[in-house]
Amino acid sequence: MDALLQQFFNFEIMAKVLPLLLGGLKQTLIICVIVVPLGLVGGLLLALLLRAPFRAVRWGAIATIDLFRAIPPLVLLIFVYSGLPFAGLRISPLTAVSVAFFLNSSSYYAEIYRAGIDSIGRGQWDAARSTGLPMFDTLTFVILPQAIRNVLPDLISNTVEVIKLTSIASVVALPELLYSADMARSITYNTSPVVLAASIYLIMLWPIVRLVSRLERRIAS
Amino acid sequence: MDGWSRFTDTFFKPELIERYLPSIASGLVVTVEIALAVIVTGLTLGLLLAVVRTFRVSVLSFVIVIVVDAFRALPPLVLVLIVFFGLPNVGINVPSFAVLWIVLSFVLAAFAEEIFWAGILSVPKGQWEAARSTGLGFLGTLTHVILPQAIRLTVPPITNRALAITKNTALGTVIGVPEILNQASTGQSFAGNATPMMMGAIAYVLLFIPVVILGRWIETRFAWGRA
Amino acid sequence: MTVPPSILQIRGLHKSFGSIEILHGVDLSVKEQELIFLIGPSGSGKSTLLRCCNRLEEPSSGSIIVDGIDLMARNTDINAVRQLIGMVFQSFNLYPHMTALSNVTLALRKVLRKPRKEAEEIGHRALARVNLAEKAGAYPNELSGGQQQRVAIARALALEPKVMLFDEPTSALDPELVGEILETMRELKESGMTMLVVSHEMRFARDAADRVIFMDHGVIVEEGPPEKIFTSPTEARTRSFIEKLTR
Repeated sequence: MDALLQQFFNFEIMAKVLPLLLGGLKQTLIICVIVVPLGLVGGLLLALLLRAPFRAVRWGAIATIDLFRAIPPLVLLIFVYSGLPFAGLRISPLTAVSVAFFLNSSSYYAEIYRAGIDSIGRGQWDAARSTGLPMFDTLTFVILPQAIRNVLPDLISNTVEVIKLTSIASVVALPELLYSADMARSITYNTSPVVLAASIYLIMLWPIVRLVSRLERRIAS
Repeated sequence: MDGWSRFTDTFFKPELIERYLPSIASGLVVTVEIALAVIVTGLTLGLLLAVVRTFRVSVLSFVIVIVVDAFRALPPLVLVLIVFFGLPNVGINVPSFAVLWIVLSFVLAAFAEEIFWAGILSVPKGQWEAARSTGLGFLGTLTHVILPQAIRLTVPPITNRALAITKNTALGTVIGVPEILNQASTGQSFAGNATPMMMGAIAYVLLFIPVVILGRWIETRFAWGRA
Repeated sequence: MTVPPSILQIRGLHKSFGSIEILHGVDLSVKEQELIFLIGPSGSGKSTLLRCCNRLEEPSSGSIIVDGIDLMARNTDINAVRQLIGMVFQSFNLYPHMTALSNVTLALRKVLRKPRKEAEEIGHRALARVNLAEKAGAYPNELSGGQQQRVAIARALALEPKVMLFDEPTSALDPELVGEILETMRELKESGMTMLVVSHEMRFARDAADRVIFMDHGVIVEEGPPEKIFTSPTEARTRSFIEKLTR
């Protein structure tokens, strides 16, 4: 029991590595500030392409979404970071993470927007168009506000997934929270730093997870 | 050398494809095995937890909610590292594939519990009452009347979630599980060429695209089926 | 000729939800083969009374005796007693994932542990009694509302109950489908079934009921034969309720 505590909950070590981990947390937050908006915007664009008047565009959008939903994000990241240099494209870890996350999370956000847009009945389109509102304005002022409201819990919960996913940036040596924790672990021969990192993720994300559960229940009832 | 041949030389070099095909294939087998194991144990455990919640024993439900929340909030890679590096240091040796299997099973169970529970709650109260009024007991009502309806409602979200979590088998590469990504990156650094990595990516696409498309089909099929 | 014994006896029934008391001590005795109509304004407690009769709603105090079995006694197996008390709901509550026949046979097989073949024979007979023999293989969403409610009646009938409770059986139906349910209920009455009905079908009550009970604010205000309650009620509250209905 004592060994277990020493291995996972050594507060002395935790206190010592906390500054290092907070530095990592800052990197994690920077990544989030870049990749979450990228995904939200990319996803919306893809979702709109799904409604494009040309079949080829629609099929292209579906193929893109399905392709990047089928490839594990870590594979995408390693491909971008370590594969592209062989083709002469040398990019920094942060750029690699941004590109991989943009491709991956846009596809997931796109599916959520699509479900939201689908949830708005024909009547809303008809009503808006009958008042002379053009397609684009109908979408912006009538459909999207309702659609986004309907899928808000899914958008938030996917954002939680994206934030959790930033932990894989550690694999390409981007010194974010998990990378810092794992480095501390290998120096101290002790798992407590990773447990501390886990606690930081929990403190950040638990409230959001709870909030999503609540929102889902409210919409269901 | 023109652009096209440089491209194929970097990503699709024939002799490298031939050389690394066996190892990528063996990685594919490992990935499929772990993914299937995770789906079976994760969904079973998730359903079990949801059923325990129907007993409405407040202490049990509270513990389940806390644990489920934690597994939904923690990045799977963090859990993998804690289990993989932590347990040997306290004298428990678990092979790396088992670490991956256990962690991902718990993560899937957490998400599945939440989904199954929502499904159970969404079955109208009248279904319980009708079954109970014919003399069916609590468990009989649950197994014959409530769960068949609840599970049907949850097929689309469960499919999507199971897909998302089985893709996390790629995290095994970090702890040396010889799955697709691991074989691909090893091949890439040995060959000094991106062809094995491209093969790995394609292997994932071949493996998961059918599931993605199946998920799409299930969604339209089950979405507005029964009111 | 002997007086038919009472099959259902309710004594001093109280029911509270939290601090609000819904039933303030109800006494009611139902004789075999009787058809009793419970009427009253919404919130008067008539549905709660009905749902207490098979303990879907747990009474706060009082006693309920069905066919000599005390429902509230500690050693009573409530699931066994519930087979004696059929219930039909406003919203049918058919199991949507099962055929009409499976809806009817589920309790026969899982509670009475009857073999499949025997259960299905009983099920077919029950469906025939509500004139739906040919719909045995249909799923609820393939049936009209009236047909669904008749399957629900067959589901209760198949267990050979001593009493049947009807909780607003026609309220969720389109007007043109109400008749077939009332017809089925009339046939049940003719076959000698004891029935306790909460409903707003006053014309049916007048034609078929043996006794009408008017409830308000959780107590029985007045009871008697239909013609008395509908044409010359004694209590002012009953009179104003009947007047509002017939106006």
